[in-house]
Amino acid sequence: MLEDLFKVVTTRFNGDGSDGKTGTSNKIPEDLLFKCPRCRNVIFKDDYKAVNMVCQNCGYHGRLSARERIAITVDRGSFKEFDKNMTSKNPIDFPDYDEKQQALREKTGLKDAIITGEALIRGIPVVIGVMDTRYMMASMGSVVGEKITRAIETATKKKKPVILFSASGGARMQEGIVSLMQMAKTSGAVAKHAEAGQLYITVLTDPTTGGVTASFASLGDIIIAEPKALVGFAGRRVIEGTIKQRLPDDFQLAEFLLEKGFVDMIVERKKMRSVLSHVMKLHGYKKEDD
Amino acid sequence: MSELTAWERQLLIREKDRPTVNDYIPLIFSEFYELHGDRLYGDDNAIMGGIASINNIPVTVIAEVKGRDLNENKRTNFAMPHPEGYRKALRLAKQAEKFHRPVICFIDTPGAFCGVEAEERGQGEAIAKNLMEFMRLRTPVISVVLGEGGSGGALALGVCDELAMLENALYSVISPRGCASILWKDAGKEHEACEMLKITAEDMVRLGVAEEIIEEPNGKAQHDVYKMAENIKSFLVKTLRRNSKKDIDILLEQRYTKFRKIGEFTE
Repeated sequence: MLEDLFKVVTTRFNGDGSDGKTGTSNKIPEDLLFKCPRCRNVIFKDDYKAVNMVCQNCGYHGRLSARERIAITVDRGSFKEFDKNMTSKNPIDFPDYDEKQQALREKTGLKDAIITGEALIRGIPVVIGVMDTRYMMASMGSVVGEKITRAIETATKKKKPVILFSASGGARMQEGIVSLMQMAKTSGAVAKHAEAGQLYITVLTDPTTGGVTASFASLGDIIIAEPKALVGFAGRRVIEGTIKQRLPDDFQLAEFLLEKGFVDMIVERKKMRSVLSHVMKLHGYKKEDD
Repeated sequence: MSELTAWERQLLIREKDRPTVNDYIPLIFSEFYELHGDRLYGDDNAIMGGIASINNIPVTVIAEVKGRDLNENKRTNFAMPHPEGYRKALRLAKQAEKFHRPVICFIDTPGAFCGVEAEERGQGEAIAKNLMEFMRLRTPVISVVLGEGGSGGALALGVCDELAMLENALYSVISPRGCASILWKDAGKEHEACEMLKITAEDMVRLGVAEEIIEEPNGKAQHDVYKMAENIKSFLVKTLRRNSKKDIDILLEQRYTKFRKIGEFTE
């Protein structure tokens, strides 16, 4: 009992980056703790959730579910979801794909790796899409591609701005070439939205990689990233395998992309709503009742 | 129609004597002037571009270049482009648009290069920009997959009005090796992944990705490069004629629709 309490205290106040679990008698169940992937600081999951999954030690902005993201981004009660029931088929009859999806649907309550819809942000109407890494690492297959394309097409028609929160492992291998083509399809929809003179903002969240980086996520008029989000084309391990050496810790983080010129700004989660609404206003978008 | 398995085709297109775009260009085009550089950073030899003439029609040619020996491969980085390669491709495509020249792309790459400098210079952004800009390029775009169509690195030259696959060419979202190592933690099972991923020319036609399969002489381009070039040329001449006649706005709408309808889902 006392021993447990002692473990809790050392874990919570471990400022030196160690996780306080070096002993074998640690009694704290793993699933109660969150270890920051950037600074390796360990805190209780509940405490981490209370600050919207932002590491208070290093500023890393962790992963949110799509519903959580929508809740902290749009005006309360304003979200109307598009294509709620769209589910993917198995276009290349990939073994175990159907079963894997079924299990994930039950576990996450999601139908696929993205939620799209329209909403208000500080009164300004916007079309929004948010990816969810709990569903097959938010890889892009038919459903992600189609929902994004439809959302952008709707925004083009209704002359609305689009905000996409990206997070993805890339194209969804299980749908083969069909998933690769979603990159072209979504990029085409972005082109049409651009030609209609509408604003497209992408918010790169942890992690945005592969075919999503190489398509709609990199095409925003304004590209925002969250602090310390991993953003890149090739996987870190793939590159390390090629060059046969370890990459520096900050490689492919948002701050690295800012320095290299591929991100407009890094915005903290608590300021996101404010920045998005101001940027939209500067592009002439007005509150619904104005 | 090839009767080989996907894996057998994979081995076949990796054979050393498989012709590359450097073999085909002099046989297909009567003139070719190579144009270098992306005007931003440098010149990537993994992608070659230039202006050429086919049946007296001026065209822009953009091609991923496999080497025919180790020296050539060193020069062309085994046909794995860096961002400046894709940006050169886009520069030449925009130039073609300006002068109303159709664009012909030859795809033959294991994929976009995965490296530190490629990341620093925005590999993802370079590919993304090509997808968007080729989709609205106001001139016909015809693409041919000569051998390997490796993922986003191939698609960056693959947003087109019509796509043809050589009979044994493959087009895939991930290398079979990569797929095997993710699925089974065993890259050695790539032959199994190869069949599973549905990457053959017939698969591409069935899934709406390719419009045509170009026959290889006696089942193998390496048997007769002259005949192979002739087959590619007749496909190009036919499709150029067909697409150049179309009103450009209709052509662009059809190009968008070609990709727009790919995807299999229920609601």
